Amino acid sequence: MATHRRIDVSKVGDVSVVKFQDRKILDEASIQELGLELFGLVEHDNRKSILLNFKGVEFLSSAALGKLITLDRKVKSHKGRLKLCAIRPEILEVFQITKLNKVFDIRTDEAEAIAAFA
Amino acid sequence: MEHRPAESGWNLEVDLPSQRGASRLVTDELLEQLGIHGWSPSDIFAIHLAAEEAIVNAIVHGNKLDPAKKVHVSCEVTPGLARIRITDEGEGFDPGQVPDCTADDRLEMPGGRGVMLMKSFMTRIEYNAKGNSVLLEKRHDAAAG
Repeated sequence: MATHRRIDVSKVGDVSVVKFQDRKILDEASIQELGLELFGLVEHDNRKSILLNFKGVEFLSSAALGKLITLDRKVKSHKGRLKLCAIRPEILEVFQITKLNKVFDIRTDEAEAIAAFA
Repeated sequence: MEHRPAESGWNLEVDLPSQRGASRLVTDELLEQLGIHGWSPSDIFAIHLAAEEAIVNAIVHGNKLDPAKKVHVSCEVTPGLARIRITDEGEGFDPGQVPDCTADDRLEMPGGRGVMLMKSFMTRIEYNAKGNSVLLEKRHDAAAG
């Protein structure tokens, strides 16, 4: 089992629920580390259903968005599914402005997102 | 402790080193001052995002992380105005040539969203002719909410 510093991973049924350790995801070194940990879930752990729960995340830079997009590509190439949930309104606006709400399946809360994997 | 908006506003001029993470040398105090001057959490988020993106662009794309080069940042905050100018020592760029990150064929590209986010979240964003200095401005008035 990989050791994670930027994320906390738990299982709800078949879904791997990822929570973020940082309230503000903006420091480039941390984002780099975050990306490696997220990619490892797909490439090393072979997890197919991944939910990113943004509860508690207050800030997200465009560099972090880039990691999420790369993660989405990796999940798709491994024939898995990725969903996002519990995104606060200001960050949701970032997804809407950049139209990434069309790329990601974004759900209101964890329960709704878990149900959507079924 | 009670914070009251300073009548004359808050100003800061600083030279940042061209290294990753240096933006915090400005943004921590900027965020605190925005709060003191009565800006709402959503406005503070917007200004933080724009400033962060602009400073990272200046350090990484402008100065290309050259330790010999600095990023000059000047800030002005009053209850009605937040103005930040960020200037790097790079060759500059043409912001008009930045591709639309929301175009279908670019939607899933990992980068290229910083300038669009700055434009969307600020009232005004203006580059100098060389393209190595950007002015970010957000106005807060009754009409804007």
